[in-house]
Amino acid sequence: MTVMYEEALQRYEPVFGLETHVELGTVTKMFCGCVTTFGAEPNTQTCPVCLGLPGSLPVVNERAIEYTIKIGLALNCSIATWCRFARKNYFYPDMPKNFQISQYDEPLCTDGYLDVAVGGKTVRVGIERVHLEEDTGKSLHVGGATGRIQGAEYSLVDYNRAGIPLVEIVTKPVPGTRYLAPEVAKAYVTELRDVLRSLDVSDVRMEEGSMRCDVNTSISLIGSGTWGTRTETKNVNSLRSVERAVHSEIERQAAVLDAGNRVIQETRHFHEDTGVTTSGRSKEEAQDYRYFPEPDLVPVAPDADWVESIRASLPELPSARRARLIESWSLTELDFEALRNAGALDAVEATVAAGASPADARKWWLGELARRANDSGTEVSDLPITPAAVARVSALVAAGTLNDRLARQVIEAVLDGEGTPDEVVAARGLAVVSDDSALLAAIDEAIAANQDVVARIRDGKVQAAGVLVGAVMRATRGKADAARVKDLILERLA
Amino acid sequence: MSELTTQTAAELTAAVSVGEVSAVEVTQAHLDRIAAVDARVKAFLHVNKEDALAQARDVDRRRAAGEPLGALAGVPVAVKDLFTTVGAPATCGSKILDGWYPPYESTVTRRLRDAGAVLIGKTNMDEFAMGSSTENSGFGPSHNPWDLTKVPGGSSGGSAAAVAAYEAPLALGTDTGGSIRQPAAVCGIVGVKPTYGGNSRYGVVAFASSLDTPGPLGRTVLDAALLHEAMSGHDPMDSTSIDAPVPPVVEAARHGDVAGLRIGIVSEFSGDGYQPGVMTRFTEAVELLESLGAKVTEISCPHFKYALPAYYLIAPSEVSSNLARFDGMRYGLRVGGGSAEEVMAASRAAGFGAEVKRRIMLGTYALSSGYYDAYYGKAQQVRTLIIRDFDNAFSQVDVLISPPTPTTAFDIGERADDPMAMYLADLCTIPSNLAGNAAISVPTGLAPEDGLPTGLQVMAPPLADDRLYRVAAAVEAAFTTRWGHPLLTEAKGLS
Repeated sequence: MTVMYEEALQRYEPVFGLETHVELGTVTKMFCGCVTTFGAEPNTQTCPVCLGLPGSLPVVNERAIEYTIKIGLALNCSIATWCRFARKNYFYPDMPKNFQISQYDEPLCTDGYLDVAVGGKTVRVGIERVHLEEDTGKSLHVGGATGRIQGAEYSLVDYNRAGIPLVEIVTKPVPGTRYLAPEVAKAYVTELRDVLRSLDVSDVRMEEGSMRCDVNTSISLIGSGTWGTRTETKNVNSLRSVERAVHSEIERQAAVLDAGNRVIQETRHFHEDTGVTTSGRSKEEAQDYRYFPEPDLVPVAPDADWVESIRASLPELPSARRARLIESWSLTELDFEALRNAGALDAVEATVAAGASPADARKWWLGELARRANDSGTEVSDLPITPAAVARVSALVAAGTLNDRLARQVIEAVLDGEGTPDEVVAARGLAVVSDDSALLAAIDEAIAANQDVVARIRDGKVQAAGVLVGAVMRATRGKADAARVKDLILERLA
Repeated sequence: MSELTTQTAAELTAAVSVGEVSAVEVTQAHLDRIAAVDARVKAFLHVNKEDALAQARDVDRRRAAGEPLGALAGVPVAVKDLFTTVGAPATCGSKILDGWYPPYESTVTRRLRDAGAVLIGKTNMDEFAMGSSTENSGFGPSHNPWDLTKVPGGSSGGSAAAVAAYEAPLALGTDTGGSIRQPAAVCGIVGVKPTYGGNSRYGVVAFASSLDTPGPLGRTVLDAALLHEAMSGHDPMDSTSIDAPVPPVVEAARHGDVAGLRIGIVSEFSGDGYQPGVMTRFTEAVELLESLGAKVTEISCPHFKYALPAYYLIAPSEVSSNLARFDGMRYGLRVGGGSAEEVMAASRAAGFGAEVKRRIMLGTYALSSGYYDAYYGKAQQVRTLIIRDFDNAFSQVDVLISPPTPTTAFDIGERADDPMAMYLADLCTIPSNLAGNAAISVPTGLAPEDGLPTGLQVMAPPLADDRLYRVAAAVEAAFTTRWGHPLLTEAKGLS
């Protein structure tokens, strides 16, 4: 039996929560000096410490603590004055020590929130905790149907990732969002990604795994006053998947409850291709991680002055920026979302700073440049054109030196590496022909060659002048200002 | 026996430094001694024959080139087999690490190499340092040079036996609950547990991280001090190592003196379970200290009686986690096929001995959800109370004293099937591990009833390690004068 989403939400109230893991962008690992660069040959970025060799000891990376405090402050959390790392004990081949150094009951940051905007409304998502831990190695299970360790013929482990600092950001349960639950979940992750990006603490690339989400979802009968049993959906590796995972779990759980069964508390896996979740473990054993304070590390006690200096160095956060830009550029919420979704906020802001009007800057970055980025499969921010160059083109149009068509040609040429806008204009001779005498010669030629058209214009069919304008534009290779040409033609024939 | 092997480390390094004897000759003499007696003592798991001579040649080359020589130039040092040293295996006395050659050097042994020491071999130990007799070694027990039918103590029993058998003038050990002091005591030598964090644990395979303390064993107090000073100091690779100056232990060892010193006898460490001869020699040592001008009083440390049970919750808890990495996946023994889980289980079942398994299970249980507070949590509270007992005592006296262990060396096999009896060997030494302070064991003679060595334990506050040496040097000098010769010359196990 399947239950459609809208139908399910007529009876059930969803609650969701998110656990987001973010790899920090520190140069070196959490407890050793190995570099963290993504994509290196397997097992080339390792040492006795991150391989957990007998006798090796961890030493805390201070920069990772600083980054975590930054995140905590940006998420309005309290910062612990004293806390310890803890060992989380479980056996798995990609964990070199068979325990993970993490934090348990003494996280570095607690009790904050993040406001997210959905459909013009603001939803406050509570933050339970932000803690720091080490990443595990990465397993590749070869053979077998599922790509998981069960049924694999053999497994390969890459320990380059082992020991990379990982921050876990856990929300409080988010109730009361009803139909918007999937959208709010996605908006939270989007906003969180933008916050982390603005803090410059991680490259937050979900596709490379530097940001990974687990989504907890439960539903209960509306008005029941209790929350249902939650499931934890793993492998949610894109913003769209966050939305789809919540959506799909609401439908699935509704069908389970409608059939008179109960939802099992379990780990589920999200499948990108089908958009549904499947049960993660057939026999869900209650894991006992036997946490205890890590005896190889001394406690972390961030100095209050240090925390305040980190707070003072925080950049403008996305929510503040949003308010500022909507105000100063006179945008609607939707205008703003469009810019943010296109990844063009920085570029537009820099273009405006270089002298373009907000409207012009938006037009270029959301239009021509967005198209080019889309064609080449890159981000607009990665296009080989500077905001200053875009502003210059915009200025040339405003001055009448370029028309829209020429301006697009200039942009293309700059993207193709032909130089600055001014260099392209000079090299290609692209400036609008504004010398009336040169234009008049071309106009006279066009009039002479099109006497039938001239006759119709003189009969009052002014729109027929377009044919003559076209001829003049061809003759000047598009370098004339079409409006000016039309004026001159009508003057000539008057 | 070559005369070179009976000399102290202080004498040897002085002779090497002035070229009176070469480091190669010294090393060769000790290699010869090992070849002659170690089949009976079984102190070593691995002898660095070629590599030791190469190290010695390098010392001789440095001397010939006029380069500065370290404080231990040319002195052979035996190394407990849980320190990682490049070029030699590190088994930790366990089958599970049989054949593992660590690819990196421990900080302590690197410092010793820098000081000119010659790392002569790796010594036997109870598996992963869990035990008091070396009988828990996966490679068979070591034997006490005083009587080969007796245990040399443990877990650093191989190190203690090597020093007592003149196979090396100095040895490295680790002390987690008494694993340096107790074997030193029962082998009639000097053993020191430095202040926790006084030296680096980097490259010391962990037993219980919050208790493990590397330290020296030697035939004289001064020798122990030379090794202590060379191995100590802050290490950025170990964040639990203390960033403070190394206490002036060599200076203290050269100037033994207890005049005016306030000494407290721990009143809890006597009575039932203490061998009469051990108490006889202890009382004699107290009288000696008083005769040398010390002011001796009795001090009660009421929580010390809970030290043993607290230790047997904290140490196994850390063991259960520290030893999880030995799973057959990356190094060491691998047993069985099938799934990763099956290989892990089979390798651990085959590789670990009974005592290690016992402690892993104890610790796993103590850390389990629902039991944590009652066991691990409570034990940590006891630990705090023991630290307070020490603080209180050290507000009244400069050092505390007790026997280092309740009995002399026991028979091989005697306690092998009785873990509780074995655990009691560490009764007097464990409090200093729980508190992280410093303690020494120095010979006091032989128990009248069995003719086996006894010792005196001296305990000092954290970072006051030099006090231990000042007291021990005074005791050593007075006793040696009284006996007319070093105690160890009476050992007859190898004659």
